[in-house]
Amino acid sequence: MITVEDLYFGYQADRPILAGINFSVARGDLFALMGPSGSGKTTILRLFNLFITPWHGRILLDKVDLQRLTGKERLGMQRRMAMVFEAPALFNTSVAANIAYGLKVRHEKRATINNAVQEMLALIGLQKIARKSSSLLSRGEAQRVAIARAMIVRPEILFLDEPTANLDPHNVSRIEELIRTVNEQFGTTIVMTTHNMGQARRLATTVGFLYDGQLVEWGDTKTIFTAAVDERTTAFISGDLVC
Amino acid sequence: MESFHFLWVSLTQAVSLLLRLDPPLISIIDVSLRVAFTALLIGSAIAIPIAVLLTSKNFPGRQFLRMLINVGMGLPSVIAGVVVLLLLTARGPFGAFNLLWTPTAMVISQTVLITPLITGVMISSLLGVDQRVKDAAVSLGANRAQRALVILREAHYGMLTALMAGFGRAIAEVGSVIMVGGNIAWADGISHTRTLTTAMILEVRRGNFEQALALGIILLTLVLVVNWIAIWLQRRAGR
Repeated sequence: MITVEDLYFGYQADRPILAGINFSVARGDLFALMGPSGSGKTTILRLFNLFITPWHGRILLDKVDLQRLTGKERLGMQRRMAMVFEAPALFNTSVAANIAYGLKVRHEKRATINNAVQEMLALIGLQKIARKSSSLLSRGEAQRVAIARAMIVRPEILFLDEPTANLDPHNVSRIEELIRTVNEQFGTTIVMTTHNMGQARRLATTVGFLYDGQLVEWGDTKTIFTAAVDERTTAFISGDLVC
Repeated sequence: MESFHFLWVSLTQAVSLLLRLDPPLISIIDVSLRVAFTALLIGSAIAIPIAVLLTSKNFPGRQFLRMLINVGMGLPSVIAGVVVLLLLTARGPFGAFNLLWTPTAMVISQTVLITPLITGVMISSLLGVDQRVKDAAVSLGANRAQRALVILREAHYGMLTALMAGFGRAIAEVGSVIMVGGNIAWADGISHTRTLTTAMILEVRRGNFEQALALGIILLTLVLVVNWIAIWLQRRAGR
């Protein structure tokens, strides 16, 4: 479904953050991109979302080169995806209005939106606080709302950037359960970044290990965690790679 | 305490004028509010697109425009008054329109004064919107216009503050409106271009200090009421 070919990118002309990245994600996969902070994980998600443009290389979604899209094609492609950021980045309005946003910008009918919002509130277990202001939510609640806000548009691909960073174990568990539900029940392809190896192992069908701007290794979760080839991957998994 | 007696006299005069619905006073309030609100409306219509443009697009001269706006925020009213006067005077480029000594001229001078102020405050509130919120809108499928609406909504507190600041400066303006409006009232005392501030100047010149202060109290009350309404609207919008 997603193919990344020889991808290079940097924020400063002479300092590449990503150098020669290649991997692919199949439809319905839950791909976890592991790696230490600053290794370029979030940058890859921003490239997928068309927030930034690569220096070199291609990102293909169903064989369509994202960088060749213009105007309406680009918007159409963006509407096939959704992203949840490390910080929930909710709009300063109610929980329900936040969740409804994606359908509103697609000009869906009010009744359709209301039904979908109720469905999403049930999914994240926050029906009782639909009218509550987003500014009054706990971090865990806000992240669940952010996931519901992304899922209401039924994206083909959901990008999750460190979705459980800075959360307590109880909320980590709830969010992980939600991610699993989204992947299994809705069939949504998920690409998530995490520096939590346990989480990648619990959730992902495939994983990749990004280190210093290079995708050192990628493959199915079991293989990477039990028989990694590259010594940096092994060191990261065993906790010997201090980052 | 005797020395503060004038305050009590002014306060009772203000209440008395309002309760009597004194026709000249009502006409002065009417002109003051109409001129200030019209200038606010025109100023906002100019300021909002400029603020959005300067905070969303990178183009040559953007920094220079920002600098001009910052300078304009502190524009002395006397300069605005003289420029508008020269433009509208019979020999000026717009003399044929006969706008001098009319409320329209006052609206023009107030608009010149408040537009940079509104724009500047709006720019700072729009720049204050979290980049992640803007990205979230795009990631949820917003097009350019829908993204701009999200930014405006997120910045609504700052945007309303900009409008309140603009209204405050317009209603309190005296220098330029006296130059281009002339502080004119008809023979029956009904205001043509007389505002609360210019009427205060007149009363001070006549030595009627208590009357001037009474007009000042009415002016402050009006500003208070308008601000109260704006805060109420802010709260409603924030829900």
